[in-house]
Amino acid sequence: MKIADVPQDRGISEDVTVVSYAVAEDGRYVKVGSRGWEPVNVANGLAWEQVEQIICETVVEIENGTRSTLAYHMVVHQMDAALLAHYTGFFKWRVKRHLRPGVFGRLKPAVKEKYASLFHLSIAELEQVPALPQRGMLL
Amino acid sequence: MREFCHEQTAHCESGTLANLLKFQGLDISEPMAFGLGQGLFFAYVPFIRLNKLPLVTYRSTPGRLLEQTSRGLGLDLQMRKFRDQNESMRVLDNLVDQGIPVGLQTGIFWLPYIPRAYRFHFNAHNIVVYGREGDVYRVSDPVMPFTTTIARSDLQAARFARGALAPKGKLYYFTDGAASVSLADGVRQSLVYVAKQMCRVPFFLIGVRGMRFLAGRLEKWPQKLGDANARLHLGQVIRMQEEIGTGGAGFRLLYAAFLQECEEVLHDPCMGEFSSRLTEIGDQWRSFAAMAARICKDRRRDEDSFTHCGQLIRGCADREEQLFQDILAHLQA
Repeated sequence: MKIADVPQDRGISEDVTVVSYAVAEDGRYVKVGSRGWEPVNVANGLAWEQVEQIICETVVEIENGTRSTLAYHMVVHQMDAALLAHYTGFFKWRVKRHLRPGVFGRLKPAVKEKYASLFHLSIAELEQVPALPQRGMLL
Repeated sequence: MREFCHEQTAHCESGTLANLLKFQGLDISEPMAFGLGQGLFFAYVPFIRLNKLPLVTYRSTPGRLLEQTSRGLGLDLQMRKFRDQNESMRVLDNLVDQGIPVGLQTGIFWLPYIPRAYRFHFNAHNIVVYGREGDVYRVSDPVMPFTTTIARSDLQAARFARGALAPKGKLYYFTDGAASVSLADGVRQSLVYVAKQMCRVPFFLIGVRGMRFLAGRLEKWPQKLGDANARLHLGQVIRMQEEIGTGGAGFRLLYAAFLQECEEVLHDPCMGEFSSRLTEIGDQWRSFAAMAARICKDRRRDEDSFTHCGQLIRGCADREEQLFQDILAHLQA
């Protein structure tokens, strides 16, 4: 890659430039700042679309009453039951039970608090899905 | 009192290392740290899944670079992991207050200053903490252009991220004492090691064999997985190859820069030639990424297809095999 070929396609890295290694006129390698590259933006966008799709599916499931609001906060943080279990120290089967609305509703405050503090939320916030999809963790 | 100097680099681990070494008075560039640490690699490991997508890696295991480079330079790298979060923060505070810059392994998801698009659950991101005022820490993140600050609670969360490659509060720093080794010996050893990893490991997932295996699998993705899922898989390969921290072309350009530096270290003009060859291979990897992205976005040109992508990867594999065999033959002659 020559210096002139270092791509400057603004995208996912916002205004942060990243370093690429490129060959100067004299054949020496130098560090060149890059604002991004279209193929990377495409691939990264694809991954985010996937995350958003999972969130939308989860919201529908919660509205249908098949999953608890905990599921929403879990997928917004790009977690699954296994990872959430790692973070909370609960067994995975327990986390999976908590994803059921009936079970979640009956949980002791101490258990809910554990989830809430992981996500930096209050228990009240944990018990609902924000009206608009929360853009905090998303793009 | 020495000042810690932040310099932006392509890759977090080699960058952290180069910046820490500079503080120790050793002027080692990022490519040199990367090459000496035997950072270049390739493996396709379909049974390890990240977000349900197969693992493709263009680099060695996280953490290896640190150990290999320090060993190559004969430096004493202190490394600790913790069970107790409070103790880990106490130890960090203690070191930082003595003026010692400390390298940390962190989970990128929990670092607030990273652009949102990069914040996935990836737990092997390296940063340096080089000072603090109360509960605000000064951070040098080598992939960021400038230094920044982070709150204690955020830093603690990032140091104790969970899941694959959990950092467990890992911190590392160099104790004083300059290195007294010949760079040339270390470099030669590392060159041989990487070349052997790439073309002599008799296992089908590693090195050029891994590339060919990936090429074969990739060609079948559309039939096996369906169009949408095949694109997700392809997107994952591009991200592992090109996204932040690789310096472009899956570390190939970074390693080519290292080969170029070897020309002077070893007083060997052949190294410059090897470097140019790897640059060309890197450019071919980038052509693959560009084509793959067009497929992902459904902006195919006539020649774009999964089969053609596979062929490009095979082309890279053939050329890398030739290159690394030539390097081995040259060094072991």
